[in-house]
Amino acid sequence: MKLDAKIPAGPIEKKWEQHQLDMKLVNPANKRKYKVLVVGTGLAGASAAATLAELGYQVEAFCYQDSPRRAHSIAAQGGINAAKNYQNDGDSVYRLFYDTVKGGDFRAREANVYRLAQVSVNIIDQCVAQGVPFAREYGGLLANRSFGGAQVSRTFYARGQTGQQLLLGAYQALERQVGLGKVKMHARHELLELVVVEGRARGIVVRDLVTGEVRTHAGDAVVLATGGYGNVFFLATYAKGCNGTAIWRAYKQGAAFGNPCYTQIHPTCIPVTGDHQSKLTLMSESLRNDGRIWVPKQAGDKRPPAQIPEDERDYYLERKYPSFGNLAPRDIASRAAKEACDAGRGVGPTGLGVYLDFGDAIQRLGQGAIREKYGNLFEMYERITDDDPYQVPMRIFPATHYTMGGLWVDYNLMSTIPGLFVAGEANFSDHGANRLGASALMQGLADGYFVLPYTIGDFLARVKPEPLAADHPAVRAAEAAVRARSEKLLSIRGKRTVMSFHRALGRIMWEHCGMARDRQGLQAALQKIPALRAEFWENVNVPGTGASLNQSLESAGRVADFLELGELMCRDALEREESCGGHFRVEHQTEDGEARRDDQRFAHVAAWEYAGEERAPIRNVEPLNFEFVHLATRSYK
Amino acid sequence: MKIRLQVWRQEHARDAGRFETYEAPDVSPDMSFLELLDVVNERLVLEGREPIAFDHDCREGICGACSVVIDGRPHGPRERTTACQLHMRSFPDGAEITLEPWRASAFPVVKDLIVDRSAFDRIIAAGGFVSAPTGSAPDGNALPIEKENADLAMDAAACIGCGACVAACPNASAMLFTAAKASQLALLPQGQPERWRRATAMVARMDQEGFGSCTNHGECMAACPKGISIDHIARLNRDWIHASLRAGRRTATSGDSAGG
Ligand SMILES: Cc1cc2nc3c(=O)[nH]c(=O)nc-3n(C[C@H](O)[C@H](O)[C@H](O)COP(=O)(O)OP(=O)(O)OC[C@H]3O[C@@H](n4cnc5c(N)ncnc54)[C@H](O)[C@@H]3O)c2cc1C
Ligand code: FES
Repeated sequence: MKLDAKIPAGPIEKKWEQHQLDMKLVNPANKRKYKVLVVGTGLAGASAAATLAELGYQVEAFCYQDSPRRAHSIAAQGGINAAKNYQNDGDSVYRLFYDTVKGGDFRAREANVYRLAQVSVNIIDQCVAQGVPFAREYGGLLANRSFGGAQVSRTFYARGQTGQQLLLGAYQALERQVGLGKVKMHARHELLELVVVEGRARGIVVRDLVTGEVRTHAGDAVVLATGGYGNVFFLATYAKGCNGTAIWRAYKQGAAFGNPCYTQIHPTCIPVTGDHQSKLTLMSESLRNDGRIWVPKQAGDKRPPAQIPEDERDYYLERKYPSFGNLAPRDIASRAAKEACDAGRGVGPTGLGVYLDFGDAIQRLGQGAIREKYGNLFEMYERITDDDPYQVPMRIFPATHYTMGGLWVDYNLMSTIPGLFVAGEANFSDHGANRLGASALMQGLADGYFVLPYTIGDFLARVKPEPLAADHPAVRAAEAAVRARSEKLLSIRGKRTVMSFHRALGRIMWEHCGMARDRQGLQAALQKIPALRAEFWENVNVPGTGASLNQSLESAGRVADFLELGELMCRDALEREESCGGHFRVEHQTEDGEARRDDQRFAHVAAWEYAGEERAPIRNVEPLNFEFVHLATRSYK
Repeated sequence: MKIRLQVWRQEHARDAGRFETYEAPDVSPDMSFLELLDVVNERLVLEGREPIAFDHDCREGICGACSVVIDGRPHGPRERTTACQLHMRSFPDGAEITLEPWRASAFPVVKDLIVDRSAFDRIIAAGGFVSAPTGSAPDGNALPIEKENADLAMDAAACIGCGACVAACPNASAMLFTAAKASQLALLPQGQPERWRRATAMVARMDQEGFGSCTNHGECMAACPKGISIDHIARLNRDWIHASLRAGRRTATSGDSAGG
């Protein structure tokens, strides 16, 4: 497979501008002749669908929820970055670019990241114009906060509901186009197959989740904006329906999968309480601005936190990383929590937890100020745990939160299948091996509002709008495959539920492909996953029929795909014999336990190519060149 | 804990529907209400029966998907709490709990506890937006906004679109939902150019979808998991009246000029 990233020539600050000039345009009168299918209407998909429709293309959009307003983006709490430098604290496009490349542990493509930093400023303007109620100062100007891994205040926020407000802005722009008849929205529809005709993405097969009808929609280009695949771990901060199905189907049709092993484990989530648990809840990273993280110095110290005197507490992040302290990047903070717990210093009933303590901040700023900043998060915590964080420190533990890996895309966000574009968390592009806080919302909206609408135009300008016959052999074959798979799942009637398989897979992934990975564990996982998958296809019980709403069938299809995707993640983790960002290989660490990269051998993207059911996938490589930011050991000390 | 559930089961929109009883013998007080449903469903599947269909996604009170009437109250007994954030510790051991879908003619039942809330999307499509095509925006700080108004707008914008307000209202009115959006935008300078047109269009759409009218019961606010205030309804009502008067004046003026 040939990987051409299509990075424009020229100085980094001019690449995007020049590229925009070089791209072909579709004549305004011709735009309505082209149809773009947008799968997923989270931040990336809704913003792309709305903007493409504003430009005049015909758009059909799809999501599995009952309304596009419920996409998982809605749950983002903390904020969105932009290089506005409104705080006059030395921020700039270049600094955001630099921080993001460094934060990603030098495993992202420079040109993409620079463009992201450039358009970040437009995103804020766009959202303000839509009426997104960002937090403001008394003078009426926009407020900012700082976020993990950055030393400037560049994060814009709307209380603890930034994702909600940004998504509603994009959703309203989308609904406006629906009202104008420019977008046809298909809610409660799930993509189950991609239709590729003569090497080009030409359509999708979807199942109407209410009627069970399986149907093909044809288009001149397809956008996948279907979010991340972190639910492979079962317990994660994702919404329950988040899935890897769309990108996995595309992978099996020939789209390369970039860096599947790069997953983000977020340091501040509410710890697991028992076997009934169905998901983990994030406590926004913004809490680390005022909360101090600590564990007892003494292993096995079971005293209540208030009885542990100051000098018997270990504020380990402040101790190990004095210049970033509690704001150390996520991968580093997560691993440090794991280390403390592995050493027997974890707190709470399970010993898998550390304190996030607001005692000092409340004393310094007063309870009112803390309530104003974090009230809704404190409330959420109290609801779930029955503890009052104004009185006792929160208990937190790392949990799976984001996937930096995803479908490989070039500078135009096009996958290795021509006509298939991938946006938002579903692609692998901008975050390298670790994502900094408040940068996923930025990337999703950058892709959807400001990148795709141009690059898709360039693609469409080079192809003729063509109908695709409903009885085209490729369409028939794709539909038949979807039906056969559903029928197979419904016919097994075994002895285990879908959820029990999902939990079992999650346990394997967390144990062997979680916060710390090693050769032996990954090899064990590569034995266990195929065995579990084989059992799934013999012993799963999916009740009901495919001819109506059937939530068991929906999740069975998703888990079946996770059972394959999980294996690719482990394979990628095994081959990447270095530690970088969220990918920590125990064999590759420095004396003081920090990640040790191997730039000689691994300063590249691993882009996996499907080679067929019985054959091992092929690992292709896109070398990463660092022309502007010098490769350096990441240090937050 | 031991819990007994009376659950509304309905195959599809045209099915008559009925209650069925399920026992949950070992419930942990730390479980969320939806995790309780998971446990019941796991058992049903293994017994070869169809699990209870219910909408859910984020399970942290923000997506607005979950929508169950618990013992006659949308989202259950705890104030300002969605069903997914309700924990079993809010119920006594041995409780018998009744579960039903949202009941409103504008929200037809799809299956069991799942209803069709697409009418909400259509209300937004009718006018719940600011027309600001991508690329047309001035600098974000070009337009200072009084903090108090920004905060009030945010209070309204916190609506999660779950529909509990409709389910709680004796008239099945969607006024709180509609007003929350209209009011958010009316409080912000960006929302002014379309303010009157928005109020008229959203209210017209709401009526057209078959929601009842608002007669100030206030049940919506009590049921709202985000505590959205009925003050927003008052604001929309004022805007709607103002818009109607303006429309009247405008027809009158254009009539004059046509005559002159
Ligand atoms: C709790 C939490 C807090 C976060 N906080 C922040 C934050 O403060 N700042 C930040 O920058 N990032 C944050 N993130 C990350 C960020 O929210 C996500 O990465 C981002 O919103 C993803 O957006 P997206 O548009 O790519 O995908 P999503 O919002 O996940 O949307 C996916 C869409 O695809 C659809 N879909 C999926 N599969 C299919 C299918 N098979 N068929 C049809 N449709 C499908 C869904 O219906 C949905 O519409 C947070 C994440 C979580 C979980
Ligand atoms: S499941 Fe999202 S609000 Fe309850």
